[in-house]
Amino acid sequence: MDFTLLFIQTINGLQLGLLLFLVASGLTLVFGILDFVNLAHGSIYMFGAFICASLTFFLGNFLWAVLIALPIVAIIGYLIERTIVQSLYARNHLDHVLGTFGLILVLDTLAHLIWGPAGIAVPLPQWLNGRVEIFEGVVIPTFRLLIIATGSGVALGLLWLVNYTRLGMLIRAGASNRTMVSALGIDIQLLFGLVFALGATLAGLAGMLIAPITEASIGMGGEIIITAFVVIIIGGIGSIKGAFIAAIIVGLIDTLGRSFLDTLFKLVMSIEAAESSAPAISAMLIYILMAAILAFKPQGLFPPKVR
Amino acid sequence: MNRKQTVTLAVMVALAVMPPLFVWTGNAFYLDLATRLVILAIAAVSLNLLLGYGGMASFGHAAFIGIGAYAVGIPAYHNTYGEFELIASYNGFFQVFLAVAITALFALITGVICLRTKGVYFIMITMAFAQMVFYLFVSLDVYGGDDGLVIDTRSEFPLINLDNPLHLYFLSFASLTAVMLIVRTITRSQFGKVLQGAMGNEERMIALGYNTFAYKLTAYVISGAMCGYAGALLGNFTTFISPEMMGWTRSGELMFMVILGGAGSTIGPIVGSGLFVLVEELFSSYTIYWHLPFGIMLILVVLLFRGGLLGLISGNSKSGGH
Amino acid sequence: MKKISAIIAATLIAGISMTALQAKEVKVGFVTTLTTGGAVLGKAQKNAVNLAIEHMGGKMGDLDINLIFADDGVKPETGKQATDKLVKQDNVDFVAGYIWSHVLLASRKSVLDAGKFLISANAGPSPIAGKLCHENFFSTSWQNDQTPMAMGEVLNQQGVKSLYIMSPNYAAGKNMVAGVERTFKGKVLGKDFTKWPGQLDFSAELAKAKASGADGLFVFYPGKAGGAFIKQYQQAGMKDVMPLYTVFTVDGISLPKFQAGNLEGVMGSRVTQHWDPTLDNAQNKRFVADYKTKYGNYPAFYAAQAYDSMFLIKSAVEAVGGDLTNMDGMRTAMKSANYESVRGKYTYGNNHMPIQNFYLREVVKDSEGAWTTKIVKTVFENHQDPYAKDCPLK
Repeated sequence: MDFTLLFIQTINGLQLGLLLFLVASGLTLVFGILDFVNLAHGSIYMFGAFICASLTFFLGNFLWAVLIALPIVAIIGYLIERTIVQSLYARNHLDHVLGTFGLILVLDTLAHLIWGPAGIAVPLPQWLNGRVEIFEGVVIPTFRLLIIATGSGVALGLLWLVNYTRLGMLIRAGASNRTMVSALGIDIQLLFGLVFALGATLAGLAGMLIAPITEASIGMGGEIIITAFVVIIIGGIGSIKGAFIAAIIVGLIDTLGRSFLDTLFKLVMSIEAAESSAPAISAMLIYILMAAILAFKPQGLFPPKVR
Repeated sequence: MNRKQTVTLAVMVALAVMPPLFVWTGNAFYLDLATRLVILAIAAVSLNLLLGYGGMASFGHAAFIGIGAYAVGIPAYHNTYGEFELIASYNGFFQVFLAVAITALFALITGVICLRTKGVYFIMITMAFAQMVFYLFVSLDVYGGDDGLVIDTRSEFPLINLDNPLHLYFLSFASLTAVMLIVRTITRSQFGKVLQGAMGNEERMIALGYNTFAYKLTAYVISGAMCGYAGALLGNFTTFISPEMMGWTRSGELMFMVILGGAGSTIGPIVGSGLFVLVEELFSSYTIYWHLPFGIMLILVVLLFRGGLLGLISGNSKSGGH
Repeated sequence: MKKISAIIAATLIAGISMTALQAKEVKVGFVTTLTTGGAVLGKAQKNAVNLAIEHMGGKMGDLDINLIFADDGVKPETGKQATDKLVKQDNVDFVAGYIWSHVLLASRKSVLDAGKFLISANAGPSPIAGKLCHENFFSTSWQNDQTPMAMGEVLNQQGVKSLYIMSPNYAAGKNMVAGVERTFKGKVLGKDFTKWPGQLDFSAELAKAKASGADGLFVFYPGKAGGAFIKQYQQAGMKDVMPLYTVFTVDGISLPKFQAGNLEGVMGSRVTQHWDPTLDNAQNKRFVADYKTKYGNYPAFYAAQAYDSMFLIKSAVEAVGGDLTNMDGMRTAMKSANYESVRGKYTYGNNHMPIQNFYLREVVKDSEGAWTTKIVKTVFENHQDPYAKDCPLK
């Protein structure tokens, strides 16, 4: 096996995993703490990408666009929570699913109305558009390194926020005992609104980071949301640590499967059979992984504590 | 007769009378719409057995529909173009048998794994198995892969001719009635009581000595097989099947039909699928941005009417079990 | 007596409905994608169809044109339902359009069983050219394999000895790969069929392609996957290492977007196609110029084919003098392809797929700096698809 290629693919897998983590962390926060199933999380990811794309053209600089788009997405998230989501907390998960599916249709159509169907390619500043040679033969696009750095930073920040700050303590307490937190004189409604806005911001950030690699397009949310759900289910709902580990596993397995499965298959079967079965299996790989994990650990790798 | 029964009767009478009128008044397209509605209603009713009476929200039922439709398409394909003599056939009974048997087997195998999980984990694991089937058929070049499989010859039955839209409609309508009666019988039997008991409080049913896992698995297999049957009808209706028709959004739509109409009642899923099909057709004929009002409608239904539309009609607007 | 009056009444009604039928209009249904991200292709087709009607002055022969657009939502079932409505409710005379293979395959039976004409303005899956061919089906586009076959020939001519191939793992993608492998004589060093739909990150595959050391990279990524691919190809710095050869990836729809996103990496890349905005014939010049004036950008091939489909129908209607019941006459007229196509003169094979030229095109800047393509040379003259022999029609 070619070890340089293996190394490059591992980095690619890591980058995909960290991006997935950004989406999944917001989802798992909202799901674990607010006990709310948000199918429309992917649409917020899409809005992040589109808003950032428009601002990039308006301001002429991608990084400034990201900085300004982040609070905009947070406000959109907060507004969605106030108007629709908060009335649904008391309902069962199926009502959440139906309501947020309606929200997907609304948000996707709004994006179609605002930005048209074509999608937007986001230009990067020159210094981000190049490549870095890490060592002999290992050349990585600079922007992908930036995604890795951002993703790792956000992961550390979130773990710190949830585990070591007063806000994190309140968030965790609020999830298990709403009345108690209210008795402490904390505005639980505001707290929940902020958590939802944080989740939206994380999804939006992921959308902004992927836009220069792919593009901002309608329907991009639907493609990521299922994978993000796979991640939080494998990790265990509500667990930031679980989401992080599951995202990295999914990212690596997906990337390495795409890279090496056909080579492996060719060792044991005919070339034609390998060429047709390898892509099929590698597409199924993350679902097989999830089914296998749930078969043995029905609540994921890091199940939420009983509440 | 309470209001729910009145609604049931009204809906069934309308479904029996309206379609022939469409044909005689020269509105053949609306017969097609009614056929699609009825076939989707069969799938929704079978999903409701799980979702409404067993608390099992399957997010993978489109896979059963797809497998059922391929069970019609693949034998027909081989009967036209050769190979696989063993399954090559236009015989409707054989194809339906194949559809029901394979989906039941698939439900049995996946059910054993899926039913170890609960709640959202169950939703996602059923989706995972459906996605595997989706990618399997995308990769099967022989049967068109992603392009799908054209079913040029419909299932052949004695006495009826499925190329006649009215015959196909009434076969579907009779099937819907049968499936409704089956679900009704099941839910009112001892079996159904245990199933519903397990939805409310599984520990209690286990303590009472019931093997709830076996009960749930049986319901899962029955539901999957009925959905497979709906798939066989759908294949005959569309004369085409592609993996796109078994993706996760389709499974989601089926769930919405059940929740929209009202889970846990006999007529709810039919009202839900009816509304879904009709509103889709109505809105989409006015504007290409019809997803916007459609989405707003879904949100409003959830916000305003607990227990789906039927909750509104029957007057007891209560939330379904958690 | 009663019977007689009933017969008279029936005849009168029949007579009235006959005159209603000959109410001096031809009804054309056009099924394309107006919702979802695919709507960008549908919009191009809709624009082109509207322009065609404008150029005809709203008439085909003496008949007014009654045009009905319908949306397929990129779903075969939705497309089929829309088609059923056009055929059964609106009672159209022609159904045209169809961007996607699976939508065309799903809708095909509805149109043909009703005895109407079906005209594909894009999709060209192999079954429809081969064993599922039909006398009332015509294409104004191409069969899937043809364009990549032309690209395989180009690679041979350019002396490309080894090739790496990437394509989505779905039917059209496999057709494209099979097409290029039919004609390419060098060695294929590796092939990746990527997940479809959904995969837009190609980092792993690009790394493999780079490691393979092939002379060239052949890809097929339609729609938004194309934009994503080109960006990553550029970001990975592959342009100087491994020249890019594409089919249906770089077109009039993606180029303005690439230009806005400053994706210089696509400049100079090679594409094969049956049509180009610079093709030198009167119909094409008028089409391209007016399309640019009216909609502000170059038409893509989707638009060109949709424009042609309207003129093909017009030729049929005029050949029978507006008698839309004369199916045989209209079929013969269409079969002769006796109309001004924007691609120039072509003919129809036994399967009613065009036998036409294929050109090598290169991405360039036009005189005003807009990114577009120009023709480098003709690769195939009068090329017929390889499935025609499977079609029982004569």
